[in-house]
Amino acid sequence: MSMLHHPVDQTGVEERIARFNTRSIKKESKLQGLRLALSMIDLTTLEGKDTAGKVRQMCYKAMHLADDLPDIPQVAAVCVYPNHVKTAKIALGESGIKVASVATAFPSGNSSRKIKLEDTKMAVGQGADEIDMVISRGAFLAGDVQFVSDEIAAIKDACGEARLKVILETGELSTLDNIRRASVLAMQSGADFIKTSTGKIQPAATMPVTLVMLEAIRDYYDETGIMIGMKPAGGISTAKSALQYLVMLYETLGPEWMSNEWFRFGASSLANDILLQLGKEKMGVYYSPDYISKD
Amino acid sequence: MSIQSKKSTDKKVKATKKSIPAFEWKYAPAPESTDHIDIKPQYELFIGGKFVKPATSEYFETTNPANNKVLSSIAKAGASDVDKAVKAARKAYAQSWQKMPARERGKYLYRIARLIQERAREFAVIETLDGGKPIRESRDIDIPLAANHFFYYAGWADKLPYAFPNRKPMPLGVAGQIIPWNFPLLMAAWKIAPALATGNTVVLKPAETTPLTALKLAELIQEAGLPEGVVNVVTGFGDTGAALVNHASVDKIAFTGSTPVGKYIQKAIAGTGKKVTLELGGKAANIIFDDAPIDQAVEGIVNGIFFNQGHVCCAGSRLFVQENIASTVIAKLKRRMKTLVVGDPMDKNTDIGAINSAAQLKKIQHYIQLGQQEGAEIYQTDQALPDKGLFCKPTLFLGTSQSHRIVQEEIFGPVLTIQTFRTIEEVIEKANNIPYGLSAGVWTDKGSKIFNLSNRLRAGVVWANTYNKFDPASPFGGYKESGFGREGGLHGLYPYVQFEH
Amino acid sequence: MSATEIRKTYKLFIGGQFPRTESGRYYKVSNAKNEVIANMCLASRKDFRNAVVAARKAFESWSTKSAFNRSQILYRMAEMLEGRKAQFVDELMQTGMSKTMAEKEVRLSVDRMVYYSGWCDKYHQLFGTVNPVSSSHFNFSMPEAMGVIGVIAPESHPLLGLVSVVLPLIAGGNTVVVLASEKHPLCSISLAEVLATSDLSGGVVNILTGKSQELHTHFASHMDVNAILYARADAKEKKTMAELSALNVKRSFFYERDWYRADAENPYDILDFQEIKTTWHPIEQIGTSGAKY
Repeated sequence: MSMLHHPVDQTGVEERIARFNTRSIKKESKLQGLRLALSMIDLTTLEGKDTAGKVRQMCYKAMHLADDLPDIPQVAAVCVYPNHVKTAKIALGESGIKVASVATAFPSGNSSRKIKLEDTKMAVGQGADEIDMVISRGAFLAGDVQFVSDEIAAIKDACGEARLKVILETGELSTLDNIRRASVLAMQSGADFIKTSTGKIQPAATMPVTLVMLEAIRDYYDETGIMIGMKPAGGISTAKSALQYLVMLYETLGPEWMSNEWFRFGASSLANDILLQLGKEKMGVYYSPDYISKD
Repeated sequence: MSIQSKKSTDKKVKATKKSIPAFEWKYAPAPESTDHIDIKPQYELFIGGKFVKPATSEYFETTNPANNKVLSSIAKAGASDVDKAVKAARKAYAQSWQKMPARERGKYLYRIARLIQERAREFAVIETLDGGKPIRESRDIDIPLAANHFFYYAGWADKLPYAFPNRKPMPLGVAGQIIPWNFPLLMAAWKIAPALATGNTVVLKPAETTPLTALKLAELIQEAGLPEGVVNVVTGFGDTGAALVNHASVDKIAFTGSTPVGKYIQKAIAGTGKKVTLELGGKAANIIFDDAPIDQAVEGIVNGIFFNQGHVCCAGSRLFVQENIASTVIAKLKRRMKTLVVGDPMDKNTDIGAINSAAQLKKIQHYIQLGQQEGAEIYQTDQALPDKGLFCKPTLFLGTSQSHRIVQEEIFGPVLTIQTFRTIEEVIEKANNIPYGLSAGVWTDKGSKIFNLSNRLRAGVVWANTYNKFDPASPFGGYKESGFGREGGLHGLYPYVQFEH
Repeated sequence: MSATEIRKTYKLFIGGQFPRTESGRYYKVSNAKNEVIANMCLASRKDFRNAVVAARKAFESWSTKSAFNRSQILYRMAEMLEGRKAQFVDELMQTGMSKTMAEKEVRLSVDRMVYYSGWCDKYHQLFGTVNPVSSSHFNFSMPEAMGVIGVIAPESHPLLGLVSVVLPLIAGGNTVVVLASEKHPLCSISLAEVLATSDLSGGVVNILTGKSQELHTHFASHMDVNAILYARADAKEKKTMAELSALNVKRSFFYERDWYRADAENPYDILDFQEIKTTWHPIEQIGTSGAKY
């Protein structure tokens, strides 16, 4: 029988999270983890007041996180609104950093299919490598899963070669059972990544939510042989927390998912906290934010 | 929920795991510090509030099972030492403890609870060094629960009349308490706290392989200023325990340990009028239905059998999986086992530590061999075990049936037998088809099924959608050959009182 | 010419039937004037075994009956005994009891049935607990019947003694095999007739007549008996039974009571033959403050 649909017990999930969080990541494994986490970041600005200048500055930061520290990787991508895709694409040039664009009437998703498709096509047309769409939570909660599925499939078609991240906005789904159902629905409908949150709703990413989504990805892989990526977004701002997510990723999906091809952190301030830790490793003494650029 | 997916699969880049370079992340060693730990080279008996040399003049060594290094020399109590301890307890009962206002008794227990909390890390480290259990468990489970147990029963001391409607509870006198090596401090707390709260005095006999935290507790009790002789600790082997059981002036025996020894005790005290509680072996069924929260159930299986290396009387050692989900559950279980860290108990990342003693390791290995001889399919992960010390790989036996001896007998190690079942009737019958009845696990999302199972499983503790949970407020104890009497909660008071008529 | 008296044949009570002992053995029971009044079955080890089988078979349905239903059946027992008072007074008087005492014993026995009938659906609330554990779990403990109990009834007070030890056990959902008073078994076995007509399913109470000296070791050693209750004074038999109980970690209880005293009836006797079962279940925290997804 298909194991894609089974219940989730919240208390049990919380206990598993507590176990992940007792892992003590030290020395070489810590450095390894922190560098990997940096390389997994989708450096994000999603504000109404975003400007080309702001986007360019962030893109430079994405390429030069901390040039004075050794072996610092680039982030995986920058994440912007569709109207800033072009600016970002130009600013990032040949760096290899991807441009991700939110689309589909982000963050609410409350618009017509036509507009959502146009939104997506525009971002792709401007050069977006990745599209972060939102699902229609209202339709999902109203039970119209067919609508949600069709919409994801349509957006996926509009993406062309761009990879599609499907944002569930878990903070609006209420239960872990719903989050599991939505995860499976998104994967079956064409998602390349599933993503927790827009960052506009609290709570955004949490470890229990992410674990449920990772377990859905694992079960989907077992059933289909297809790998799906995972992106927790919003609320992950410390190096310690990033390491805990990586422990969870490692122990749930295994070493194959431990790359920015399959896992991203949607975050704006996480990079600097990791750099603070790496600065400490370099100096051997506690580091100061004054030595890390803020862009 | 069923949907018609319109996704265009031709566009999907089908990535398989094989094409991806794996990122192997080995957690660097993260050993707990031992700098602040003080283990004396030699420990004496704790009798009448003082540490005294044994009349036997004999000592035995206690070792760290993770590296076989000697930790300390421990006094071996002979019959005359036990007699001295019982007399000290009797004197304390008559002269101080029984006379003390209940509220004041309670305050001493609160004091002990607080002192354990203050010295928690020290106790955790010593527990792990002496017994081999992972520091994560002694730090997060054993020691906090021990402190909480004292805290819980402290509050009962002056409220006992409310616990027994229409009866006046009176203490029994001197309690002889014999505890096992799997949860040394926690079992000491389970025994001592309710005994003292109800006004009894105690002679405690710790297990010979794990005496250190009980002796540390004796130091702490001294520090807490308890009247002399209220708690006495006599270390030694089986003969020390036998001397305590057979001592004429002991009013109550509380024993946690193996079923054969429990039967010996029950027989030994026959006709003496001594009260007794026994918390003995188990072979618990952990039952997974096809409507269970599967991923949490897999955690429950792991927690059920690999907690404390499986040295747990209530371990979920018989797994029953509904046949239609068996392959999924087993695959998930195997994958989860690969993430278990087996090794140095002092490493904060260790999930499975050292086997407590060479004798126990031999017994476990005997059963692992027996299972293979019986034709069950064995599965072990390929983690390397440390070169030194006593270790055992987490082990599954697949394709087992009720008739396998590895299914019938308590192994007390990280060895799980797996059987499949088709119907509720079948699994209830098989779960109960054993002389033990300590605990059971049930996993299903269906509430009415849980209550059906929890009614019909003949076991003292039923964990539904969870496993191996303990709490001072929750009674623990068995049916059938798993013993009688309860420890924890209001019911844990009964074994230490008699009613005035 | 007056009609010839029809004398009653006293037999065992096993599984709701009245069989003779399989052994064919009997012993003579006399009245206070030393006149033989009956040939009683001298129950054998095999009769005991058969009774245990019957009790085990009855256990599942008896222990899972609703508490209210058990209560009604015990009350029905009281009604049946009330209606046959005269017979029991007569049988008790044959043991040498005065009429007043015999009437008192029967009245107390009826009262005891009513008393324990009332406890059937209440003791859970007295002895069950909801336990406030620290983790996010609902945790409760409930008393549950132990199983098959072997009872050696008091030698004196053949009616009141027997009902006093049997009632708390069956009120709690157990099934019993009880050895009646050796010297005065008449009204014990007559009680079987009351039980057989009071909606009590066969096998819940099984009554044997015979000698404790012969049977006590078997009561204590039978591996399918969960607990024993010995209500006589013989210290040697007590010790032997306690020792043999260790074979399967049998719970053993030894009562010596004045069965006329008010506290001879109490819910703690029910509790002695209950196991406490504790159940844990997670409590979801979604929707409570601080835990939201």
